[in-house]
Amino acid sequence: MKDPQAMPVLEVRGLRATVGDGVEILKGVDLLVKAGEVHAIMGPNGSGKSTLSKVLAGHPDYTVTAGEVIFRDRELLAMPAEERARAGLFLGFQYPVEIPGVANSQFMRLAYNSVQTARGGEELDPLEFDDLVRERMKYLEMDPAFLERSVNEGFSGGEKKRNEILQMALLDPTVALLDETDSGLDIDALRIVAGGINRLRREDNAVVLVTHYQRLLNYVIPDYVHVFDDGHIVRTGDKFLALELEERGYDWITAPAAANSAQAQAR
Amino acid sequence: MSMPPPVAQDDAQDDTRDEARNEARDANTSAPPAAYRTSVLDSQRALAGSPAAWVNQLRREALEQAHVLSLPTRQDEDWRFTDLSALYRLAFKAASAPAAVVAQAIDPYRIAEAPQRLVFIDGVYAPELSEGPSGEGLTVCSLAQVIAEPSHRLHETVRAHLGTLAPASGGAFAAINTAYLHHGAVLHVARNQAQLTPSHLLFITTREGLASYPRVLVIAEGGSQCHVVEDHVSLHQGAACVNAVTEVHIETNAQVRHARIQRDSRSSFHIARCAVSVARDARYESVSIDLGARLSRLDLSVRQEAPGVHIALDGLALVGNGQLADTHSFIDHAAANGASRQLHKTILSGASHAVFNGRILVRPGAQHTDSAQQSRNLLTSGRARVDAKPQLEIHADDVKCAHGATVGQIDQGELFYLLSRGIAPEAARNLLTYGFAADIINRLGVASLAQRLRQQVLEQTDRAGSPS
Repeated sequence: MKDPQAMPVLEVRGLRATVGDGVEILKGVDLLVKAGEVHAIMGPNGSGKSTLSKVLAGHPDYTVTAGEVIFRDRELLAMPAEERARAGLFLGFQYPVEIPGVANSQFMRLAYNSVQTARGGEELDPLEFDDLVRERMKYLEMDPAFLERSVNEGFSGGEKKRNEILQMALLDPTVALLDETDSGLDIDALRIVAGGINRLRREDNAVVLVTHYQRLLNYVIPDYVHVFDDGHIVRTGDKFLALELEERGYDWITAPAAANSAQAQAR
Repeated sequence: MSMPPPVAQDDAQDDTRDEARNEARDANTSAPPAAYRTSVLDSQRALAGSPAAWVNQLRREALEQAHVLSLPTRQDEDWRFTDLSALYRLAFKAASAPAAVVAQAIDPYRIAEAPQRLVFIDGVYAPELSEGPSGEGLTVCSLAQVIAEPSHRLHETVRAHLGTLAPASGGAFAAINTAYLHHGAVLHVARNQAQLTPSHLLFITTREGLASYPRVLVIAEGGSQCHVVEDHVSLHQGAACVNAVTEVHIETNAQVRHARIQRDSRSSFHIARCAVSVARDARYESVSIDLGARLSRLDLSVRQEAPGVHIALDGLALVGNGQLADTHSFIDHAAANGASRQLHKTILSGASHAVFNGRILVRPGAQHTDSAQQSRNLLTSGRARVDAKPQLEIHADDVKCAHGATVGQIDQGELFYLLSRGIAPEAARNLLTYGFAADIINRLGVASLAQRLRQQVLEQTDRAGSPS
């Protein structure tokens, strides 16, 4: 997939961010994602890799203190969360939110129509939308009964993640940030979810997988693997780096990196 | 804005603060105007004597109680947040003759799933608008008719049950209701009969200035099942007063689902008492929805009489500018192995007020009671006020009881989830407010009614959703 001529779709430069009480979580992130690519961001728990995806999606708990993000030639950080989604950024949640009383179909149709309207497309009425969503559900082997249930309420971990990928399929993003989409999945669900992601890959879009484990990467092959530690990317490689991490853990990368950064600070 | 700080309690606790509050009564509240009592009881004298002597006896005793019992004021612990002085300033008369209502007027309230419907116009039974044969083992009929016919097969049953769960001595409003005892609905299911389709009891007020006294008696014999929808609506915008009493007897191993919808005019007053008795291994599920009235009050008490019952109470009050909705519930676990679950939600916009007092009593010997109560309150306005008070009294040592109350605004996590899907902030807030309500409405178990109420909530929350 690596194509030197491909268009950059997401460019993160020197991004720093703090969480509510002022603690810095992102400490200067640089990342370049081009159309057609799959990136994996790996790293130990607490390294800040999930924060990166939330900050990019516009989560209100975080404050950006430095840096810039160019998303399809636009200043991403100047856009409110809903604008980012309409412009083609999608966040697949690590913990999808339960919303009692709101039917899944009602929620997804409102999201679909909001995004379609912003992109100059046609809104769908409930019947038309029902046809579309049922077709997409087939690929994810989802029971249509999930349409009438409240959003994520009482869904198993695997059902929630499939529901996230279903939303991704409907909203057709240019860049999908999938935060720990593989966590909590058994092997069958993992295969189905990975199949859903692969089906959505195109020349003109990109996927960023944030994951702790390598196993999803057996199904969705990354072009780049980044290791995240202490709020920034400490190493970038190809898919073999993920295999090496699986075998050797994170310490061999993160420990020297921490030492390096300590040295850098000392200088 | 005066509202209690958000509280979130999960642990069971014995609530003994009441005594302290009783002592701290505010002595400055004005006395209830005797004029209200006089005027509200005035039309009682015009009531024709009942053909049944026992009914006349009930009325006489109730009238005495109505004169003796004090009308509640904010000095009463149970009414400290709900000020009735606006009601006491008005004079309401009971309807002397039924108003003419054309059949089309009730079309918006018909429930497709309900084969039986009894309609009451300003408290008076309207046989021409009622329909549906009584089904297998199920009798849905006019109380006045049962009373008038000593040979009616339910006459003695009704006589034995009426006024036992909600006696006139229980409070001034129940006494006034009973003093007017005449019209009402009787729903009776015979032993081991299951009637799962809902029976619709529609109480309509047609004009302002009238008081009506709805009365409902539900008797589910052993092993039976039924579903009753008690529906209060207005065909006008003025101030009427509804004083309703409902009694539900659930015998051994029987199951009753009870939906209560209050959508009276927003100038009206609605005072309701519902008393339920649940026998061994029986089940009571109630969904109570208050959308209308300037002031509404529901006193819902459910008593577990014998081991092994299941009680589920769901409530929703949606109030806007100028409205007050007050729910006082009481679950009395008087025997062992009982389970109760309660979820009460309120949504407030504008200058509105919601009160929830959820008392749960676990009596000595009611071992293995499993009780969970949640009060969730959503404020969309800085001028709204919530008084939510769980009240657990536990006198048995081997029980599981949990309660919690939250007061707050829309959940930020839920809001961000919707925004991250491209949904505009206002639409997202409206959808979440709607969902908060629909969560309760969806438990009604009557699809067409739920659909209509969801639509009404959608319209109301769309208006309420704009910041105020």
